[in-house]
Amino acid sequence: MDWNFVIWSLVKIIAVIFLAVMPIVAYAVLAERKISAWIQDRVGPNRTAPPLLAKIPIIGPFLISLGIFQPIADGLKFILKEDFTPAHVRKVYFSLAPAIAMIPALMTVAVIPFGSNLGEQAMVIANLDVGVLYTFGIVSLSVYGIVLAGYASNSKYPFLGGIRSSAQMVSYEISMGMSVIPIFMIVGNLNLSEVIRYQAEHGWMILYAPLSFVIFLVAAFAETNRLPFDLPESETELVGGYHTEYSSMRFGLFFMGEYAAMVAVSAMMVVLFFGGWTLPFGGLDQPAESIGMGIAHIGIFVGKLLCFMGLIIWVRWMLPRFRYDQLMDLGWRRFIPLALLNILITAIVLWFTTK
Amino acid sequence: MIVPRKKLNFWERLYLPAIAGGFKVTSKHFVNTFFRGNTAAKETSDGFYPEHKWVVGEGYRGAPYLVKDQEGNTKCVSCQLCEFVCPPKAIRITPPGPSGEMADRPNAEKMPKEFEINMLRCIFCGFCQEVCPEEAIFLQKDYSLSGLTRKEMIYDKEKLLALGGVSGGIQKWKNKAEEAEEQESFPVKP
Repeated sequence: MDWNFVIWSLVKIIAVIFLAVMPIVAYAVLAERKISAWIQDRVGPNRTAPPLLAKIPIIGPFLISLGIFQPIADGLKFILKEDFTPAHVRKVYFSLAPAIAMIPALMTVAVIPFGSNLGEQAMVIANLDVGVLYTFGIVSLSVYGIVLAGYASNSKYPFLGGIRSSAQMVSYEISMGMSVIPIFMIVGNLNLSEVIRYQAEHGWMILYAPLSFVIFLVAAFAETNRLPFDLPESETELVGGYHTEYSSMRFGLFFMGEYAAMVAVSAMMVVLFFGGWTLPFGGLDQPAESIGMGIAHIGIFVGKLLCFMGLIIWVRWMLPRFRYDQLMDLGWRRFIPLALLNILITAIVLWFTTK
Repeated sequence: MIVPRKKLNFWERLYLPAIAGGFKVTSKHFVNTFFRGNTAAKETSDGFYPEHKWVVGEGYRGAPYLVKDQEGNTKCVSCQLCEFVCPPKAIRITPPGPSGEMADRPNAEKMPKEFEINMLRCIFCGFCQEVCPEEAIFLQKDYSLSGLTRKEMIYDKEKLLALGGVSGGIQKWKNKAEEAEEQESFPVKP
């Protein structure tokens, strides 16, 4: 057994989950609250202050007014709250559902190359040759968490939320899967590291397949249950949708799962369409030779990812929720034919341009 | 009535104008708040909530309180209409009973022995004010009621009267008493 590989993989998993994904999730919640506040003429969280910190001149009040400590307070609140199980739920599935909602989002991150390399280690947890197939396989599991939550809650609003999500996520998975096929026709490889290498040589994939990007972006909104496609949750009509009956950390898992899924789809978009950790100038598109360059690559990747997170958050306050039939119409009658057409056009172009 | 649904043209069906419009509106507000520091709180009151309470406008429906007339008497006559109309059943009135205390005001029949509003149940709908024949209960401007216990949030008669203040107006029972007095002497004044 290759112990070196096992230990490094574990280190990378722990580093990615606890030093990257979880903090991004926590601060994405803060960003969501702050951005929504600014868009709605409010100020957002600006009061949480750990003891003594307010005494530090200038920096302390500034950090407090940014709400930097709010996620910590929120996390503590989730942990300390009573975990209440209503009497009418199906208990086993009720406990199982939050975990199933959270895990796929974290598992998707495994195949994402989030940097070139640090020293000897390639900055990807699992350099799979079937990277994208793995991603779509895992993403399709995430619907189970929500459906199971809706079913296990055994009351009507969560049930409706579960039904909605099952139809929505299954439909948009098809267009999502078909939208990325042109990329792999162009690249000729399913390994995400190879996709990035191709983009470093030939330019970003958004230039070759802009339609793919549009379809993928919209499908990503639907897959992560974000507005304008947040029908499974839809606070205004279904109370809270599938997580109505949940409280405390179990609700927290759904909440974090949603944001982790946002991180995952943002990372996918960065890798597939925006060149991953590369930038097309300053020699930043070659694998790093020094530690500093390696860190710079990770920084570039995270920067691009945060841009997408910002976009997803902003869109939430921009567009009203779709009606259910409009959502289905958009998925089945617009995007699937469009994705098929996109594949066809790409195939024709490739037929004429390659020998 | 059937409102005809406007047929969307091709451009509108692409959702792009809606997205552009949404971006325009949100970015306008974002810039206004983020860079210029204008917020709704600053426009409606001087600052942010706990330090600067929002000043409510005229006609605001806050918590319902009992009022006194200009002579400092309880206006409520314990008719229990508000208790009856209250949708969340927040009001509970204990009438004085046949041998109970008389009303403060001369000529009025009775006043409640106890008048309780459970502010945890109250939804500030204003039905009690609407239904009151004596103009004895008004929705006033308090909107942020809080307490440490549930019991504390059940406001009794003294508290409601103290919070309600004075609301004058026509003194119905006094006028009736005066009219009755005038009936005693003959000829009746025109």
